[in-house]
Amino acid sequence: MTGEAPFNEMYQGDALRPPYAGLDVWARDMPAELRSMKQHEAEALFRRIGITFAVYGEGGDPDRLIPFDMFPRVFSAAEWRRLERGIRQRAQALNAFLADIYARGEILRAGVIPAHLVHCNEAYEPAMAGFMPPRGVYSHIVGIDIVRTGPDDFFVLEDNCRTPSGVSYMLENRETYPALLKRTLDSLAPEKCEGAPRAVILTPGHFNSAYYEHSFLADMMGVELVEAADLFVEGDFVWIRTTEGPQRVDVIYRRIDDAFLDPLCFRPDSMLGVAGLMNVYRSGGVTICSAPGAGVADDKAIYCFVPEMVRFYLGEEPILANVPTWQCAKADDLAHVLEHLSELVVKEVHGSGGYGMLVGPQATRTQLEDFAAKLRADPANYIAQPTLALSTTPTFTEAGIAPRHVDLRPYCLVGERIELVPGGLTRVALKAGSLVVNSSQGGGVKDTWVLAE
Amino acid sequence: MRLTVSHNTTYRFDPPMRGVVQSLRLTPARFDGQRTLDWRVNVPGAVMGAAFRDSAGDWVETASILGPVAEVTVEVTGEVETSDLSGVLRGHRERVPPGTYLRATPATHADTVVQELAGAALSGQAGTDPLARAHAMAAAVAEAVVYEPGLTEHGTTAAEALALGRGVCQDHAQVLIAAARHAGLPARYVCGYLHATDEGGPHEASHAWAEIWIEGLGWVGFDAANACCPDARYLRLGSGRDAADAAPIRGLARGRGEEAMEVAVAVAAAGQ
Repeated sequence: MTGEAPFNEMYQGDALRPPYAGLDVWARDMPAELRSMKQHEAEALFRRIGITFAVYGEGGDPDRLIPFDMFPRVFSAAEWRRLERGIRQRAQALNAFLADIYARGEILRAGVIPAHLVHCNEAYEPAMAGFMPPRGVYSHIVGIDIVRTGPDDFFVLEDNCRTPSGVSYMLENRETYPALLKRTLDSLAPEKCEGAPRAVILTPGHFNSAYYEHSFLADMMGVELVEAADLFVEGDFVWIRTTEGPQRVDVIYRRIDDAFLDPLCFRPDSMLGVAGLMNVYRSGGVTICSAPGAGVADDKAIYCFVPEMVRFYLGEEPILANVPTWQCAKADDLAHVLEHLSELVVKEVHGSGGYGMLVGPQATRTQLEDFAAKLRADPANYIAQPTLALSTTPTFTEAGIAPRHVDLRPYCLVGERIELVPGGLTRVALKAGSLVVNSSQGGGVKDTWVLAE
Repeated sequence: MRLTVSHNTTYRFDPPMRGVVQSLRLTPARFDGQRTLDWRVNVPGAVMGAAFRDSAGDWVETASILGPVAEVTVEVTGEVETSDLSGVLRGHRERVPPGTYLRATPATHADTVVQELAGAALSGQAGTDPLARAHAMAAAVAEAVVYEPGLTEHGTTAAEALALGRGVCQDHAQVLIAAARHAGLPARYVCGYLHATDEGGPHEASHAWAEIWIEGLGWVGFDAANACCPDARYLRLGSGRDAADAAPIRGLARGRGEEAMEVAVAVAAAGQ
């Protein structure tokens, strides 16, 4: 932590910040019994529709109810306008980058990004080279994790270009988001599609940690939730088995990883994929969302270059800044990181979900020493960032309302248009003082509200 | 040289399968060294479709057979005019950046033995151009792996084959690929046919070799199994990062049947 107190989004000193005026009255006036009743209602809703998540490696039943905090986080219309512009800009640049590196690779030829970082990246998919998916869109749902450190200071922590999860935790947007997603998927029908496109969600199955989200989205969008065995390839198309015989599938919103999509193109041992799917995709018979190989854009080694992408493809200055990042692959950066390890957050380049990371200020001496050894052994596998004083918002705790650190994950949909659900998901570190908001590490969620003008 | 090819692959399933889907990469590559006069890929009983030219420039098509499937045969016949380009894949259109072929796969992982082979092959090659280094590497592999069928199988890795010191064309190609990538040369696996004429040499009509990327020259073929570069006796189909990725037939059968495969390949020089 830096020395100064973190930015409190509700109070500046004793002064109430305007966006929270209404909530202040609400929180003050609400009787304790009503609050407790509402909290139970929210939990019952989560349980009934099955919004759980899985935590691996800790023993016991991995399925847990995600802690939901009823105190919403609020943005003013002006705050949100700026965030929205920044998010759209970033989503557009990330897609332009993907379209470029699977075509001529201008950004690599121009020397803006080292070619080996892209071409030798495991997430770069050679089978996509030279192929332009419908509308040139590779990442259809871009989840951008944002942290705030002051009234006007927002930073992008990381990008999620594959199949970001968590949308089902947004209670207030339960209806808007699926409707926008359906419109986005429909706008991406492949060239051989005739008539109204049929979209499906392809899930690995009910053992997957996000299965409930898959089923929730399918329900809300009115599309089929399918597993690999429900689909098959014949002729130029992918078909779904239905009680009325096989029906053509036009758009697949897949929630399985690239490597498992098609055993005839990727891992031959995949039981989750559809044999021949990539051939149909490449010959224009179906759209896969997100496109295979989209993940190279959210790699943490590529992250450092996103502001450059914005300048290169859009000719604009980035509206949202990156968190300053040291790339341990560079000798100077590594030396700095090793020297300041106790002040930094260190992440694995290809990791996610808060696993395998070090939060320096909260680590013991032994943990620091162990991590330093890992860094020296394989520096290219790590990046480091300063421990930011994440903003806090009021949160219901056992001891009453208290500030807790939060981040923000908005979901940007990219199809015929770029659309953004107002608000997005706020993740909150429920432990006092904790900066780790991941649900697998003691984090919860809360709604995010955007005020009208 | 005019090569005629007849290549039948039969799969038998017991009990029959509910369905079979195959991805076929069985069409001759288009480049300056090959001109296709006639070529047919036929899978009796299958619905063919989803055909396209893939990122590596290979023609891919899809065969679906609805069950019950007790037997399926992939029939290939054709005639191709070939010429000797000293192994250079001139005029081949493809989109995969060569740099991606530096990435290892489990089958082409360079263990310490492969690394030592690459190091030994390149000792004394300091300052030479990449083509000379590639030749040195191919010669070292030809020497380190003796041609002997029946000892290795489809799943044998480069490291295993090199440790054994014996193998078939798949093993020569994968060891060479692993060694080349370790030395910083992009390399890939190529499937095709060979019109074998030498008495006593490896007679593998269905053949495989490696291609190594040489800056300024492009992809160049190296057949370590025969200690030469592909010439007019070679017919190139497609490529991949390793043997499994480049396989001319990749299939998946739904069901619990046991699979048996039978292959009959004949490559002849027309008019001889």
